[in-house]
Amino acid sequence: MTLAIHDHRLPRLLHPAAWWAWAIGLAMAANRTTNPLLLALIVVVAAYVVAARRELGAASPFGAFLRLGLLAITLRVVFQVLLGGGTPGRTVLFTLPEIPLPSGSSGVRLGGPVTLEGVLAATYEGARLAAVLACIGAANTLASPRRLLRYVPATLYEVGTALVVALTYAPQLVDDARRVRVARRLRGHGGRGIRELARLAVPVLDSALERSLNLAASMESRGYGRSVHRDARSRRQATALTLAGLSGVIAGVYGLLDGSPAPLLGLPLLIVGAVAATASLAVGARRDPRSRYRPDPWATPEWLVLGCGAAAGVLVMIAAQRGVPGIVVQTSPATWPILPWAPSLGVLLALVPAWLSPLPPLRAAGPVDGLQDVGATS
Amino acid sequence: MIRFEDVGVRFDDRREPVLRGVDLRVDEGEMVLVVGSTGSGKSTLLRCVNGLVPHFSGGTLSGRITVDGRDTRTHRPRDLADIVGVVGQDPAAAFVTDTVEEELAYGMESLGVTGDVMRRRVEETLDLLGLADVRQRTLRTLSGGQQQRVAIGGVLAAHPRILVLDEPTSALDPVAAEEVLAALTRLVHDLGLTVLLAEHRLERVVQYADRVVVVENGWVRADLPAVAMATSPVSPPVVDLGRLAGWSPLPLSVRDARRAAGPIRLQLAGRSPVRVIKPVTTSGLDTALLSARALVVNRGRRAVLRGIDLEVNPGEIVALMGRNGSGKSTLLAAACGQLPARLGSVRTGGLDPASLKPQQLVRHVGLVPQDPGLLLYGDTVGGECRAADTDMRAAPGTTRALLVHLAPDVEDDTHPRDLSEGQRLALALAVVLAGKPPLVLLDEPTRGLDYGAKSRLVASLRSLATERHGVLVATHDVELVAELADRVVVIADGEVVTDGPTDAVLAGSPAFAPQVAKVMHPQPWLTVADVAAALVLPPPLAG
Repeated sequence: MTLAIHDHRLPRLLHPAAWWAWAIGLAMAANRTTNPLLLALIVVVAAYVVAARRELGAASPFGAFLRLGLLAITLRVVFQVLLGGGTPGRTVLFTLPEIPLPSGSSGVRLGGPVTLEGVLAATYEGARLAAVLACIGAANTLASPRRLLRYVPATLYEVGTALVVALTYAPQLVDDARRVRVARRLRGHGGRGIRELARLAVPVLDSALERSLNLAASMESRGYGRSVHRDARSRRQATALTLAGLSGVIAGVYGLLDGSPAPLLGLPLLIVGAVAATASLAVGARRDPRSRYRPDPWATPEWLVLGCGAAAGVLVMIAAQRGVPGIVVQTSPATWPILPWAPSLGVLLALVPAWLSPLPPLRAAGPVDGLQDVGATS
Repeated sequence: MIRFEDVGVRFDDRREPVLRGVDLRVDEGEMVLVVGSTGSGKSTLLRCVNGLVPHFSGGTLSGRITVDGRDTRTHRPRDLADIVGVVGQDPAAAFVTDTVEEELAYGMESLGVTGDVMRRRVEETLDLLGLADVRQRTLRTLSGGQQQRVAIGGVLAAHPRILVLDEPTSALDPVAAEEVLAALTRLVHDLGLTVLLAEHRLERVVQYADRVVVVENGWVRADLPAVAMATSPVSPPVVDLGRLAGWSPLPLSVRDARRAAGPIRLQLAGRSPVRVIKPVTTSGLDTALLSARALVVNRGRRAVLRGIDLEVNPGEIVALMGRNGSGKSTLLAAACGQLPARLGSVRTGGLDPASLKPQQLVRHVGLVPQDPGLLLYGDTVGGECRAADTDMRAAPGTTRALLVHLAPDVEDDTHPRDLSEGQRLALALAVVLAGKPPLVLLDEPTRGLDYGAKSRLVASLRSLATERHGVLVATHDVELVAELADRVVVIADGEVVTDGPTDAVLAGSPAFAPQVAKVMHPQPWLTVADVAAALVLPPPLAG
C-alpha cells in the first residue's frame, strides 16, 4: 500500500466499516440521552457530514430515515395522549373522555387527562429513537450496506449473499410495483383500492420471482459457491463458533448500552464474544477459496473517522454514567433543557470527518456530464 | 471443445421433448450461430452447455454433453464457470453487484483469482469493451448497450474459453449492436474464444458466423452458413433477396450481395417501389390523433424530452427511432398520460392524456409496453380476454375475436406466461384494441420475435392503419421500419433530429439503412417485397 492513502486529501471511498463504526458511535451517544438539544445536535452533525461526504449518484436514504424518525416521535406522543401511561404530572393540558376498562388492567388507561409532563417525556423518548434512526440513515448514505456486506467474513458468506440479494430485491420490487400500477391505467383502472391491489400483486410477485430465478442462475453460472471442498463438519463448527461469538458481542454491547445492570457483566461478555468471533473468522478466512477485488484500504483517515465516532459515543456514555446534569432532562416538573458542554463537545468531535476524511471520487471530480444526481430524487 | 452426443431434453410439463437426438461438435475458436423460430429450443440448447439444463432448470437430459472433457452430468454450472461464460437475454436481470467494476470482478472473485491479476483483467476488460468512462457508475443508470457490454465483460473477465450468448443484441439500437458484435468478433479472432450465439436478428450476425446451427422443433442440424441459410426457416433480408434472385452461393453480408446484385440493379434501373401514397392530411390540433408541441418531459430532474414536435394522423404508421436512452419510451409514456408535460403540450384527440380518467384514456390511446406481460394479469388466455372485455367496457367476446384475428392458434386455457413472445404480444395488443383507441402505441414490439411473428405483426398493424387508426412504434429494428412505417421520426437526446417519409430517412443514413437499401443503393428499394413486386411487373415503357 502506498503512503498516499493515509492522506485525507486523496479522493477515495472510505472503508465502509469506518463510516458504520462512526455512525454506531454517534447512535450510542444518542441512545444514552433524552436531552432534545443534544439529540438535535447529533442529528445536525450527522446531516452535515452526510451533506459533505456523500458520493454523488449514490442512493440517499437519509431523508427517508429522518421522516421515519418524525413518525416515531408522532406515534410515541399519540400513544402517550391516548393511553396516558404512568408518567405523573400536574400540568394538565386537556382532558380526553376516559373509557373505563375492566379492573385488573391497572396502569393502563384509555383517554383521561393529558399532562404536559407526559407529552414531554414521550416527545423526548421519540426524539431519542429518531436520532438513532438518523445515525443509521447517515451510515446507509455514506457507505451503502452493500459495500459493507463485501466484508462479511467467509464463514458467514452465505448469510451475506442472502442479504445482498434481499437488498437488490426490495427496490426492484418497488420499481416493478410502480411499473405495473402505471400499466394498470392502460387497462382503464386507477390502480388504487383493495381489489386493485390484489390484482396488481400477481404480476408484481410474478416478475419478482422470475427476476430472482434469473439472478440465481447467473450467480450459479458465474461460480458462486464453488470449490468449497472443505468438509462439512469443520464448516459447521466454524459457523457455530462465529454465531456464538457474535451473540456474545451483541449481549455485551446490550449490557454496555442498557446502563441499568452492572457494566461489569457487559464488558467481559463483549470481550469473550469478540475473541471467539475473531478466532472463528480467522479460521474461516484461511479456508476461503474466494478472492476479493480491490479491497478498501484501512488507513489513517479510517482510524480518524472511527475515532471521532467512538469518542462521541464514549464521552456521552461516561457523562451519563457519572450523572452529568442535562444528559437526562427532568420532565416532572417540566424544566427547560440546557446543553451540557462536555457531552456536546464530544458530539461535535463527530463533525471532524466532514473536513478530515477523503472526498468520494465522483464528488471530488464535480458533476460529470450524463451523471445525474439520482440520489437527490430517489 | 463442446460435444453433444445424442442429447435429448424433456421437461415434465411438456408433452414433446424440447430437444432430441442432438449430435453436435463445436471446435475451439469457432463462432457458431444458433438460429430457429421462437420456442424452437434455442435457449435450452445454449443452457445445456454449462449445465444450467438440467441442474438448474429441472427436466430430464439424455445422452451426453462434454465441455472441455468435463461431463455436465457430474459437473454443476459453478464447476464449469472457469471454462464457460453465459450471458442471458436480459443483462439487467443477471447483475449480481451494484457498480460496473464490481460486476466485472464478481466472477473472478468466485473463482479465486488473485488480487493483482484481477485488477489487471478488470482494466483490460474495461478497455476491450469501451467501458472505462463508466467504470464507477451504478449499473441501473447505464444505457441498454452499456449494460449488455458490462454483462459480457463480467463473464469475459474470468477468461472462459467458451462464451455462450442468448440474443445479445436484441435490446440494442443498431449502432450499439454493431459495437457489441465488433467486440465479439475481435475476441474470437484475437483470443481464439469459442462463441455460441443465438440471435433473432440474423441480419446483424450471420456474416460473422463460421457455422450455423438450425434448431427446428427440437431437431438440430449444423452447416456452413450459406448452406444452412438456403433451407433455414428464418433468414435475414439479404438472404431472402439472394433466394429471390437465385444467387448461388447465397450472400450473407451486404458486401457479398452487392457484388452479386449488379444485374438486378440494372434490371430495375429507373424504377421505384410501388408504394401506396396515403393522402397526408395537413391537420392542426383538431384532427391529429397525437400532437406534441414543444413538449418537455422530465424524469426526476432530468429533462428527457427537450421540445418535441410530433404529429400522428389517422391511418398513419409512424416509426420512432433513436439510440438507447434517447427518450423514445418517455415520449410514448407522455403520449398516454403516464408522465406529465413539464412545458409545451401533448394532446391525444385534442385532450391532455394526463388529465383523462383511466376509463376515458383507453378510448383515446392504447399502449403496448416493452414487456407486454405488464398488461396481463389473468391465469388463462380466456380469462384474460373476458377481463379485458369488462375493463374496456367492450361487448363480451370482443378481445377474443381480436386475438383470433391476430394470433389464430392460441388456446383458451393456456397460461399467458406459457405463450411465445409473439403470442403474448398479440394478446396484449388485442387487450389494448378492445378499447377501440384511435391511437395505438407500441414500445419495442419486435424484441424476441422471429421473422414469422414479425410479419404477422406487420400485417395486423397495417390493417389497423387501413381502419384509420394511427400507429406509433418505437423500435430499433430497421427492417421492421422498412416494411411497416409511412414516416420515420428520429430523436436524439430528447430532440427530433429527422422527421420524414420512410424511404428518404432510411436510405439516407448508413446506421438506419435496411439491408436491401444498402444492396440496391442508390436505388430506392427498402424491402425484399418491394423488389419482388417490381420484378414481377413488366418493365415500364422506355421514355
